[in-house]
Amino acid sequence: MIQNELSRRRLLGLGVGLGAAASLTLAGCGGGSSSPDRAGSAGNGGKDYTGPKVDLKLWNGFTGGDGEIFKTLVQQFNTEHQNIAVSVVTYEWADYYSKLPGAVSSGSGPDIAVMHMDQLATFAARGTISELDDVAKTLELSEGDFAPTVWKGGLYNEKRYGIPLDMHPLGFYYNKAVMQKAGLDPEKPPTTRDEYTAALTELKKSGVQGFWVSPFQFTGGMTFYSLLHQWGGKLFDDEVAKATFNSDPAVEACTWLVDLIKQGHSPANVGQDADYLAFKSGKNAFNWNGIWQINDLKKSPNVQWGVAPLPQIGSQQAAWANSHNFTIVKQRSANENKVAGAKVFINWLSEHSLDWAKGGQVPARKEVRESAEFKALTEVNALAPELEYAAFPPAAPGLGEVILTFYNAFNEAALNKKSPKQALDDGVAKANKQLEDNRKKYGN
Amino acid sequence: MADVIEVGAARNDAPPPAGRTRRRGVTERGNRSTPYLFLAPYLVLFGVFGLAPILFGVWISLHQWDLQLPNRPFIGLDNYQDLFSSDSAIYGDWWSSVRATGIFTLFSVPLLVVIPLGLALLLNRSFPGRTFFRAAFFAPYVLGVAVIGLLWRFLLDANLGLVNRVLGAVGLPSDTPWVTDVPWAWISLVGVTVWWTCGFNAVIYLAGLQDIAPELYEAAKVDGAGGWDRFRHVTIPGLRPVMLFVLTTTILASANVFGQALLITQGAPGEQTRTVVWRIVDEGLRDYDAGRAAAMSVFFALMLAVVSVVNFRLFRYRED
Repeated sequence: MIQNELSRRRLLGLGVGLGAAASLTLAGCGGGSSSPDRAGSAGNGGKDYTGPKVDLKLWNGFTGGDGEIFKTLVQQFNTEHQNIAVSVVTYEWADYYSKLPGAVSSGSGPDIAVMHMDQLATFAARGTISELDDVAKTLELSEGDFAPTVWKGGLYNEKRYGIPLDMHPLGFYYNKAVMQKAGLDPEKPPTTRDEYTAALTELKKSGVQGFWVSPFQFTGGMTFYSLLHQWGGKLFDDEVAKATFNSDPAVEACTWLVDLIKQGHSPANVGQDADYLAFKSGKNAFNWNGIWQINDLKKSPNVQWGVAPLPQIGSQQAAWANSHNFTIVKQRSANENKVAGAKVFINWLSEHSLDWAKGGQVPARKEVRESAEFKALTEVNALAPELEYAAFPPAAPGLGEVILTFYNAFNEAALNKKSPKQALDDGVAKANKQLEDNRKKYGN
Repeated sequence: MADVIEVGAARNDAPPPAGRTRRRGVTERGNRSTPYLFLAPYLVLFGVFGLAPILFGVWISLHQWDLQLPNRPFIGLDNYQDLFSSDSAIYGDWWSSVRATGIFTLFSVPLLVVIPLGLALLLNRSFPGRTFFRAAFFAPYVLGVAVIGLLWRFLLDANLGLVNRVLGAVGLPSDTPWVTDVPWAWISLVGVTVWWTCGFNAVIYLAGLQDIAPELYEAAKVDGAGGWDRFRHVTIPGLRPVMLFVLTTTILASANVFGQALLITQGAPGEQTRTVVWRIVDEGLRDYDAGRAAAMSVFFALMLAVVSVVNFRLFRYRED
């Protein structure tokens, strides 16, 4: 076992070395003290930190415009806190999640890690991140301060592992110029199924395929995810033991979406990003896309666009959403001061999440969301109502790969390789095997 | 110093070295360890970064191995059995990825062996602008897979891409789903890879062609051999070792296809263009199941070893 540990560390050291070389370090290096005390209830839960100076490493996946805003916030924090120096390392999200476990087990991982809500359970079950119940308690954060779904998403086995920073739902983007050309009122985007199909018919008459259906996770898969919930379906049963995305509502939702291609409202074989590029160049009128595109569209003055909550196509409102959470990484040798400092940082950034909203995300904290300053951020604020009915992915360890199976099933349906029913049935069969594997692996 | 002289002495046309007897003892003693000393730097690197990881990988493949979960039970050949039992969660994905890599290799290797040979023959002639063309054909190879992947994904896009636009302009079908449906996705992947890497193989052939003595061609000509005969009886035999190298490295490179599929087709439709290496990366680094990923790697390496051995045997047989 000891030998294994050693070789494992040596192997992983390689990858981490490469990662560190690519890192963006803001703060300089100082001498962090290392008292070998136990972590867990370190510090006073993030109220303040008066100990010796600590250096904290933070990892995130904010590679877009949001990354700059995040770094500015960190710089501000560092100037306000002389005894805490936070340095930021940014990876692509996909690389990020594959690098993190190795880095942590080799002892070169970060102190604070930003994580999507649906990844929390996986990393909590794997013992990568520590419990944060005391942070929530000391800071008197409770469900009331956050949107309930987002707040509950930070829990795993009734313990808190993540402090939510924001939520990012799918929004309904509409190209005003294209709508105008088709004789539609660009200030009145469709909100119901009838309005939506009527608008698509008008667009078709003007020679525009109005709603390009992408077969990929971004954005077609997330569109289908939203519609499935609008039809009243669920991806999994309540215990996340069985996949249910082949239920009748799911098949109906999928059929509705795929039929748009057959009816000529979308071209077939839409490529990755082609739906969004067509939207920007005036070949596509409607695009259901992430809230993060607001910043990109703001940089394109030629595009006349608007954003609204997703129209209600099914029997209820629903929208795909996810949330960024702060987590504290468990270290091989725990350092109480570092944990205490990390909690101060998390609390501070949570309070300053209005600035984060300017990065194109809805702040998780209610007081920030209800402030006048946030309301002034017109576009981001337009999507805040979706918080009430946002459909977040469920919390279960190892669910990431199972959700990819869901997206792949949709891919086959949207590319007309299989009928919606067949594609979803096959997907569910595979997902159930994956869920069973996960149960064996994580033991629940 | 003594070694240099000894090497010189091995040549038939070299003059007898001076001071041979005086230094003989030293040289002979050096002889025994010298080869190993020269081999040592590589041997150490190979041991640490080649052999040890391979053995460790085999060891991992016999366990239910997760980088972080403390419990790593020994499960014997279960990981291998999962690859062959249709009840396991990975069976379908695994064999579909083997199929994808197989298709890609089957179509890309012949093209990558033949087209560069043709290119090399053309570039070996003397004509104005030869250096320019040599550089032009090699140029794509210096680009990274991310660059060519993104570039071609947008060029090949069914609805917005330049390729379909151009095809439409000349009266051909303009709605071919180059990256989202088979067989088109395979044509795209193989085509892009040939465009990307054929310059490399061509340069190797070119070096091989320049190694063939011109006298052989002259002699063949005197004996009345035509262009085809000269190619068949002088060029091909002269290139045999080079061809073996090109074929072996091309098969291995094609079997390792990953970046093109990830970026250009993203596995679509469904998972049909998801390749073996991609599957192994997902299993090991996305799903953190190092045991299964290692079993896949070992099995895949064995398959490639068999192919390579057959390959060598085939060429050696012909030589005899």
